[in-house]
Amino acid sequence: MTDNAPAVVPPKSGFLGRNRETLLRTLIPICVVICLVFLWQFIITVNSIPQYILPGPLAVANSLYNDWGTLSPALWVTTQITMQALALALIGGVGIAIFLVQSKWIETAFYPITVILQVTPIVAIAPLILIYAPTTQVALLICAFLVAFFPILSNMVQGLKSVDHNLLNLYDLYGASRWQTLLYLKLPSSLPYFMTGLRIGGGLALIAAVVAEFAAGSAGAGSGLAFRLLESQYRLNIPRLFAALVLLSLLGVVIFAITSFISWFFLHRWHESSLKREN
Amino acid sequence: MSTSQAPLIPAPGDARKRPLVVMRSVSKMFSSGTLALSDMSLTVEGGEFVSLLGPSGCGKSTALRIIAGLGDVSTGTIDWPSSRINSKGLPEGDISFVFQEPTLMPWQTVFGNVYLPLKLRGVSKSAAREEIMKTLATVGLQDFADAYPRELSGGMKMRVSIARALVTKPKLLLMDEPFAALDEITRQKLNDDVLRLWRETGITVIFVTHSVFESAYLSNRIVVMKARPGRVHADFPLKTSMSRDAHYRTSEDYRQACEKVSNMLLEAIGGEEH
Ligand SMILES: Nc1ncnc2c1ncn2[C@@H]1O[C@H](COP(=O)(O)OP(=O)(O)OP(=O)(O)O)[C@@H](O)[C@H]1O
Ligand SMILES: [Mg+2]
Repeated sequence: MTDNAPAVVPPKSGFLGRNRETLLRTLIPICVVICLVFLWQFIITVNSIPQYILPGPLAVANSLYNDWGTLSPALWVTTQITMQALALALIGGVGIAIFLVQSKWIETAFYPITVILQVTPIVAIAPLILIYAPTTQVALLICAFLVAFFPILSNMVQGLKSVDHNLLNLYDLYGASRWQTLLYLKLPSSLPYFMTGLRIGGGLALIAAVVAEFAAGSAGAGSGLAFRLLESQYRLNIPRLFAALVLLSLLGVVIFAITSFISWFFLHRWHESSLKREN
Repeated sequence: MSTSQAPLIPAPGDARKRPLVVMRSVSKMFSSGTLALSDMSLTVEGGEFVSLLGPSGCGKSTALRIIAGLGDVSTGTIDWPSSRINSKGLPEGDISFVFQEPTLMPWQTVFGNVYLPLKLRGVSKSAAREEIMKTLATVGLQDFADAYPRELSGGMKMRVSIARALVTKPKLLLMDEPFAALDEITRQKLNDDVLRLWRETGITVIFVTHSVFESAYLSNRIVVMKARPGRVHADFPLKTSMSRDAHYRTSEDYRQACEKVSNMLLEAIGGEEH
């Protein structure tokens, strides 16, 4: 032991964090997943369970490799639909939220309609959308958009309405225009709400893209991962079904990671939700 | 904060002794049916330091907001005789407000928060920089320009709020219990800072407080309000030849001032109970 007092260094922090604790936080779940995969393969091998009942991870990996030619275009289609739907939902959600909060009357007139649309299970109108939309692709896009749109809208409306009243008073006092108040005060202060909407909307867009494709059934010939899933089921190609599932869940993880990163990036300097409590 | 700062702006002689705000028989009824103010008249002249006291809920904040032009009056009139009036009938750029809470934008740095009033007037950041840094220096925060509000203590946030109020060089500074949430030492320090600014810049201050001692220390005029409905109960000057410093706090003048304010406040509260 030395009797030198240790130099005081500020604790580091970042999105992934550089300290031991966050390292463990990422390593432990990864180890658990790897262990589970091994256990899965072990059970399959020991009990010699046939592939058409439950394929092992090796068989799934094999299928992923061999069927990459059919799976990758499907992955691309699903990714595209999800991302486009999310982008449209962001633009639409924020735009309409801004429109709704312009006056009490506009909100009174339109908000109930948006709520009715929101509580209607989207799968129920998917067949209708399939009839009206020019192509299945467009129908899927509309479904995913509708589902992702509402959490963004309602979060944004909430955010725009929960601006600190005294800050609003301050903007009034300094003669800020409507536009300045929106740009400098309302939008930044609803950013945390927007980010919540983004994270929820991102997840829902993927779910809706898949569900809508299920609803489209064979009508959605040759498109996304959900179609490949159904197709594999008909053909009893269970390893490929699992491979499609793995890709879907990876896509979900990637979307989650991206939206979380965006949220962290824009909020970490000032918002409580992104701060580690440090007393 | 050091007390050896150069004055911000020379005291504008002509702004003194001219009414800045004239409230005539103002009543304010909220849509909930609460009559917050009834027949309240108040004239504040340039260069005054007015403390506004009264029991909780008597309408001090409401009166202050009306003086700032925020929210309209139900009956009566409010005028700002020495201000330029804009198209909305409100005084332009002459009034600043310090709220009870610091009311900073958490997504902006200290610099960004103080820049706000100038930004809303269309002053570019580079043109405003010098003025902002000077104002931050007067509240002792020049080294914290790039800090975010969450990195500051309560007293520092309050000083940012004061800097934001001063950066436009207002004629009238309205403060609504600005230091209520702070500890006694910080509070006394900030009181001295406000006094120094008042002396050096010739600014007019209307200061809402619950503290008899604070009002007796700071102001040269006291307005005591009565509740339900809010109206002026007493309005009197506090005259002293002494400069307001540590010695003043232990002087006989100060003791008498405290006693007078305290009696008026008790009267106002007592009248409410019968
Ligand atoms: N926005 C509002 N809507 C309805 N009533 C209000 C509103 N603001 C204030 N009031 C009422 O008006 C009265 C005066 O309120 P005000 O905030 O001006 O009191 P105050 O003197 O500042 O009190 P305090 O010392 O506790 O801050 C209170 O009875 C309050 O309930
Ligand atoms: Mg108040």
